[in-house]
Amino acid sequence: MKLIMAIIKPFKLDDVRDALTSIGIDGLTATEVKGFGRQKGHTEIYRGAEYAISFLPKIKIELAVKDDLVEQAVETIMTTAKTGQIGDGKIFVYDLSNVVRIRTGETDADAL
Amino acid sequence: MREIRINKIAVALGAALIALVPGAASAAVDPETAYVLNSFSFLLNGALVMWMAAGFAMLEAGLVRKKNTATICLKNIALYSVAGLTFYLIGYNLMYLDVTGFIGSFSPFWGADDAAALAGTFEDGGYSASSDWFFQMVFVATAASIVSGTLAERIKLWPFLTFVLILTAIIYPIQGSWVWGGGWLSEMGFSDYAGSTLVHSVGGWAALTGAIILGARKGKYSADGRVQPIPGANLPLATLGTFILWLGWFGFNGGSVLALGSAASVIEMANVFANTNMAAVGGVLAAMILTQILYKKVDLTMALNGAIGGLVSITAEPADPSIGLAIIIGAVGGVLVVFAVPLLDKLKIDDVVGAISAHLVCGIWGTLAVALSDADATFAVQATGIVAIGAFVIVTSTILWLILKYTVGIRASEEDEANGLDKAELGLEAYPEFGPSS
Repeated sequence: MKLIMAIIKPFKLDDVRDALTSIGIDGLTATEVKGFGRQKGHTEIYRGAEYAISFLPKIKIELAVKDDLVEQAVETIMTTAKTGQIGDGKIFVYDLSNVVRIRTGETDADAL
Repeated sequence: MREIRINKIAVALGAALIALVPGAASAAVDPETAYVLNSFSFLLNGALVMWMAAGFAMLEAGLVRKKNTATICLKNIALYSVAGLTFYLIGYNLMYLDVTGFIGSFSPFWGADDAAALAGTFEDGGYSASSDWFFQMVFVATAASIVSGTLAERIKLWPFLTFVLILTAIIYPIQGSWVWGGGWLSEMGFSDYAGSTLVHSVGGWAALTGAIILGARKGKYSADGRVQPIPGANLPLATLGTFILWLGWFGFNGGSVLALGSAASVIEMANVFANTNMAAVGGVLAAMILTQILYKKVDLTMALNGAIGGLVSITAEPADPSIGLAIIIGAVGGVLVVFAVPLLDKLKIDDVVGAISAHLVCGIWGTLAVALSDADATFAVQATGIVAIGAFVIVTSTILWLILKYTVGIRASEEDEANGLDKAELGLEAYPEFGPSS
């Protein structure tokens, strides 16, 4: 089992969700986050004075997947979240040692 | 000129009575009806001015950071209440009772005396005593509201309210007596219809001295003198607040006709409403166009300040100008705001909401602009009033701020400022997003 964590552009969230659902991913968690990468930030202006925005809003998604789906899930996120512009984000894959479904107590692959 | 204006209208009313032909279709209203209408004008317009307290609260709540939102809301409702109390205790009598030129009476506890009207005797231009008291009281609160926005996010609650107490009990009424109480400035011919100087500049001077003595918010200016903007947390709220102020201003200026008992007075009030509205229009558009040119972006908060600047600018004389002149007077106010805000920043005077620019700078301009449309006013006399009242308020409020600074202290601790005054002074958050409320 792997935990896939990806940082994507906020407006891509619905596309990514739909694409992942269609390949059989049953759930994910999304969080509003801020960060910077190669895109850096930009400047804004307030009452006549400029200031730098050095952290940009992004969405972090996390999904736990069975080993046989990992490659396909990563591929799906990559194609749907991609705009080709700087700031599209990154995908991280972690090993996942245990999973428990709280309601039933099922574990690992049964809980996914 | 408040008393003098009543006389003008009384004369007009008298002339109308003399000209009255028996059996004519339109008759002048009888004195009791005029009394009712005059009182009604004070009450309704006064209630509109009271609502400006909500406007200031929302404007300020929108332009502070969210960690100081509850505190600025509390300050606004508290200062309104303090102003009401002090105006009852001594303020009104100090401003209007037996004014000897420089000051009224120190007799405490204002009380209504309507005996003559209850007995069926109605003076020309008369009104119920409490309607007048209420209308004057809501003006004091407006002056105090101006101070709270400038000093937001770093001043301690109770020392601020102590300042408001003295401002509304003593400083505001004394200078008010010089003009509206019939004192020396009004005898000289100084004219301030609804208070560009008496209300808005007075609040602005008190805010300016406070901002200098209190110092800027931590982080507003870098060591090398650059401005590091601290954007407001909620611009829709600031916009709502500005619209509320705009609405309340119809009462502020319209009610300052001080009468509604004749066609002449209602015509004047209608002109005041129209001019007040169009001055704000001029202020908004001037600020928008100017920020687009200067910064290549339109600045919403400057457009909001432009509305206020336009309104303040027309307040000293909203009756006499043509609509076109009112737009120009307001537009100049909007331009002044756009230049005054960065100028104050250059001087490292941190004004969170732009109140010094909108109320003080435009208050001075509006008071001078009276001479453009009022043949009885001169620039020299208008300038005398601006300087005299400015000097009085600068001196008294500086002394008061310094006393507070060196006794109880006025500045929140660095740690409290960093954590936000909501947690430090109120022990709560305006927007509790994590915990029992979610």
